[in-house]
Amino acid sequence: MRVGVIDYGVGNLGSVVRALEELRVKPILITRAIDMHTVDSFIMPGVGSFSDCAKLLGDGGWIQALRQEVLVESKPLLGICLGMQLLATTSIEGVADNTSNGLAGLNFIPGRVESLRSLGCNLRVPHVGWNEVTSNTSVNGTFDGIPDGTDFYFVHSYAFVPDNPTHVVATTVYDIPVTAAVRCGHIWGTQFHPEKSSRAGFQLLRNFIENPTC
Amino acid sequence: MLKVRVIPTLLWKQVGLVKGVGFDSWRRVGPVLPAVKVYNQREVDELILVDIIAHQSSDELDIESIDDFSQDCFVPFTVGGGITRIEQVQKLLRAGADKVCVNTAAYSNPELLSEIAKRHGTQCLVASIDVRKDSLGAGWQCFSHAGKMPTGREIISWAREIEDRGAGEILITSIERDGTFQGYDLALIEAVVRAVGVPVIASGGAGNYQHMVDAVKQAGASAVAAASIFHFTEQTPAGAKAAMQAAGIPVRSNFIGNGRIT
Repeated sequence: MRVGVIDYGVGNLGSVVRALEELRVKPILITRAIDMHTVDSFIMPGVGSFSDCAKLLGDGGWIQALRQEVLVESKPLLGICLGMQLLATTSIEGVADNTSNGLAGLNFIPGRVESLRSLGCNLRVPHVGWNEVTSNTSVNGTFDGIPDGTDFYFVHSYAFVPDNPTHVVATTVYDIPVTAAVRCGHIWGTQFHPEKSSRAGFQLLRNFIENPTC
Repeated sequence: MLKVRVIPTLLWKQVGLVKGVGFDSWRRVGPVLPAVKVYNQREVDELILVDIIAHQSSDELDIESIDDFSQDCFVPFTVGGGITRIEQVQKLLRAGADKVCVNTAAYSNPELLSEIAKRHGTQCLVASIDVRKDSLGAGWQCFSHAGKMPTGREIISWAREIEDRGAGEILITSIERDGTFQGYDLALIEAVVRAVGVPVIASGGAGNYQHMVDAVKQAGASAVAAASIFHFTEQTPAGAKAAMQAAGIPVRSNFIGNGRIT
């Protein structure tokens, strides 16, 4: 399995690549959308603002390529943090008022990205640090070998609210329930950073690489 | 529940790690790479590495070394020292940093904070503030250039400004307490915690585990950073977490695989 890491100009790419190497996977850094066909699955990191990243994806031709590779060819995709939020239909991040419908995402997993504040979180934002993740036990695969209550590393101010609750495969609690991981078949997303969650994160990455479509 | 983080701070000067008292009298601690490795193996919550002399030179940041240091780091890695331009941030993130820490350049060019937050997100930006008590005894004054230069900025207004500009966390260090083992300046930490809505990392003065408990319980810190206590005493991040847990503070349990957590 050739695993590609999507490099569209932002993101903690170094950390993602290191974590995969630790799993004895030699990741391929994909810097051009036209090279996406050379690998079998994708990890899409993301650090930054939704609007800037969505623009970079659009400008680089990534959106069309992702649709082809992930939706048509059914290649597995794991979005991390902002990379997960980009899977949504829209995001209100960077939108000045509530009258707008928000910025468009990839719409691979229908839903909205909203601020933790607007969702009712009254604690300090960003939500930074290690927090317990509880998985939805009816969904197989994503959290295999990872017991409920395992801590993963989060750092975010916005959260993904999928339209279909069954797409939420794990949650954490930060004053309010927060989507920790989403899954729609071979399309995976984690709000937390598996590449920075030490051994628990390695296990999740291993689950994705070894069995992304289970 | 979100866990309170214990963060070893690594101060990097030329070839190795150092630690001082009051931002002075630097003692050599050892090479960087093994320290990062050991902390990673022990699953610390996070690491902060600051190049304490980078602000003195106009040279490019030593990205290659950061690349080496982060080779074995699978916990969040915050890197600071000498960041003056937005382009440096992407280089650091590519080299293996997860967050960047900005201090000196923010005073002369606060716009840098806004740029980093816009491009890389607030969650990527840790603003570091070094302060001394005001000579009149009211409040604290901010210092740049590794504590050497007064900036004329007062802590509360500066903390609020950097929060407005998009800092996702504030690392607050008392220069007077640094390396003294006397405990964090709780009044300082509490003042900053009250002034801003982002997480505050307490730094400067930790000498025992109780000091860390106090920074969290009394002053409201979201995380505690420390250096001397881990370099020069038998106390460890794991010990700190055990003591904090005993005091009722939520701390991270380590994952050891095979479906078990400890």
